[in-house]
Amino acid sequence: MIRFVGVNKTYDDGHQVLKDLNLEIKEGEITVLIGPSGCGKTTTMKLINRLIQPTSGQIQIDGQEIASLDPVELRRRIGYVIQNIGLFPHMNIARNVGVVPRMLKWDKTKIAQKVNELLSMVGLEPRMFANRYPSELSGGQQQRVGVIRALAADPSIILMDEPFSALDPISREQLQDELIRLQTELKKTIVFVTHDMDEAIKLADTIVLMNGGQIVQSGSPDQILRHPANDFVKSFIGKKRMSANRSMEEMPTASDVMVQSPAIALPTRGLAEAIKMMESRRVDSLLIVDKGNRLLGSVSIYQVIDHYGDEGKTVADIMSPPTHTVRKNTPLSAALNLMSEHQLSNVPVVRDDHQFIGLITRGSVVRHLAEVYSREDEGEQAYVG
Amino acid sequence: MWAEYLEFWQDRYPDLLAATWEHLSISFASIALGILVAVPVGIYLAGNRSKWLHSAVFGVANLFQTIPSLALLAILIPLLGIGAKPAIFALFLYSLLPILRNTYAGFQSVDPSVLEAARGMGLSQTQRLLQIQFPLAFPYIMSGVRLTTVYIISWTTLAALIGAGGLGQLIVSGIGVNKTELIVSASLCAIVLALLADRLLGAVEKFFSRRARTAKTDASLLANG
Ligand SMILES: Nc1ncnc2c1ncn2[C@@H]1O[C@H](COP(=O)(O)OP(=O)(O)OP(=O)(O)O)[C@@H](O)[C@H]1O
Ligand SMILES: [Mg+2]
Repeated sequence: MIRFVGVNKTYDDGHQVLKDLNLEIKEGEITVLIGPSGCGKTTTMKLINRLIQPTSGQIQIDGQEIASLDPVELRRRIGYVIQNIGLFPHMNIARNVGVVPRMLKWDKTKIAQKVNELLSMVGLEPRMFANRYPSELSGGQQQRVGVIRALAADPSIILMDEPFSALDPISREQLQDELIRLQTELKKTIVFVTHDMDEAIKLADTIVLMNGGQIVQSGSPDQILRHPANDFVKSFIGKKRMSANRSMEEMPTASDVMVQSPAIALPTRGLAEAIKMMESRRVDSLLIVDKGNRLLGSVSIYQVIDHYGDEGKTVADIMSPPTHTVRKNTPLSAALNLMSEHQLSNVPVVRDDHQFIGLITRGSVVRHLAEVYSREDEGEQAYVG
Repeated sequence: MWAEYLEFWQDRYPDLLAATWEHLSISFASIALGILVAVPVGIYLAGNRSKWLHSAVFGVANLFQTIPSLALLAILIPLLGIGAKPAIFALFLYSLLPILRNTYAGFQSVDPSVLEAARGMGLSQTQRLLQIQFPLAFPYIMSGVRLTTVYIISWTTLAALIGAGGLGQLIVSGIGVNKTELIVSASLCAIVLALLADRLLGAVEKFFSRRARTAKTDASLLANG
């Protein structure tokens, strides 16, 4: 377990990057640090292998204060994958992967064995890749080598700073899947930094959301999605994920479902005009709304045809007053009940001050449900990979 | 005319050989000294952020470069006397700047993320220097040495003016007794010497930097394709 106790970091230029950070990183879990650029994720991570010294506070690994350990030895026990891969260009892949084991003076055959094992594990045929140089590999292959290089000496802790950020979406997905698979076998303590909420949700056992050098919220992906602590967390999670998640718990409201621009007409329209409008909008009724946007009533195609012979009439003369309306924050379930109870094909939505804002129709309900379900499908895929 | 030269060479080849050897020793000694001083200084500068120090060191090295060689040799006579010693010293000063500059550039060229990876993986400072930085900077250092060698060999000819010997000595006496064969032969030897050194060091450079070079061209090919 890695524990941060009251850690502050102020750089030489006086910029305070971490403010009283308290954090526990559990053993055998993937902990993902996420937050906007410059919020201190990399700084937090580099404190763990002492690439950066805290200004005050303590960092402990398994109860041991790391300030008392030799930094070089500490680092050899902690795997480190930096953002830009950082393979050594003058060493072939086998030598790159074997760097830490060589420093730890493992014997040669054991190193070679380990290197081959790791290469095969990430799908790089050792006979083909061991003797190549980094520049002779694709970006995704280099990134794989970067990851297994951190695993070579079997460290129990691995730090990964945006390891997949430079990749195209497909290779990124692949490597994420590989990491998940590896982790089920290896059970390392992994600290993973990313910008990408989808990646965090997919990989994390615990997500630590940071902003401005402080932890805003930490918890399992599910906890964070269900109970975002504040607006910052909400905005970071994103509208789409929120609504996909919310639709399972809360019903949408009338205003979520309504058609926002239904066919409306002013009360002064003549009947021929009314027919023309119905034709062009392909509807069988018109809502009559005055200039102040107040709902006066509705006319159906049958009413218009009945009075068609009378040229002097306007829609106002033949309309029927609105029987039922719903408020914009009426839950959809209530609106649906109303519609089925009174055999309505549609129901207008009004604001509290009776201003007309939209119309719920059977079609709009179906469209909304279809949208929610397809979104949930995407959500499912993101979870399962 | 060819016959004359042949006869001359048969006659004087021990002298030519001795002078060539002397010439080579002077050049070699000055470059070796130059490497011994400029490479460590370059490494130190590359790892040091003080602007002030950079401009001071490069300023001094530049200064040596701009003093006319004849003048420098003349200035050194009262200080170090005449002979090979002041000559070697003067040529050493000339060799400093290009080697320093290339060493510095070589160390600067090492990708910072490579260095950070090395540090993060637990390479000590010495290990980083010997296993990462130096091998990666080596092609740059080598091309600095090669460049310097070629022009130091040609400038060594001037060293004869302060009695250092070498092929310049033969040329000077050739002028004195008006013997064209001597002037031409000694000059030819100096040229051949410079060319050979260039070739040899070129091969060494290539041998050691083969990987880095292929790596670079491959990468650029990939980037273009
Ligand atoms: N060596 C340094 N000296 C001064 N300030 C620094 C130094 N390193 C980082 N900072 C500053 O500290 C802040 C946090 O940096 P850090 O690298 O931890 O951010 P990050 O969360 O990893 O951001 P990103 O997502 O962009 O990588 C930034 O404002 C950065 O400018
Ligand atoms: Mg960062």
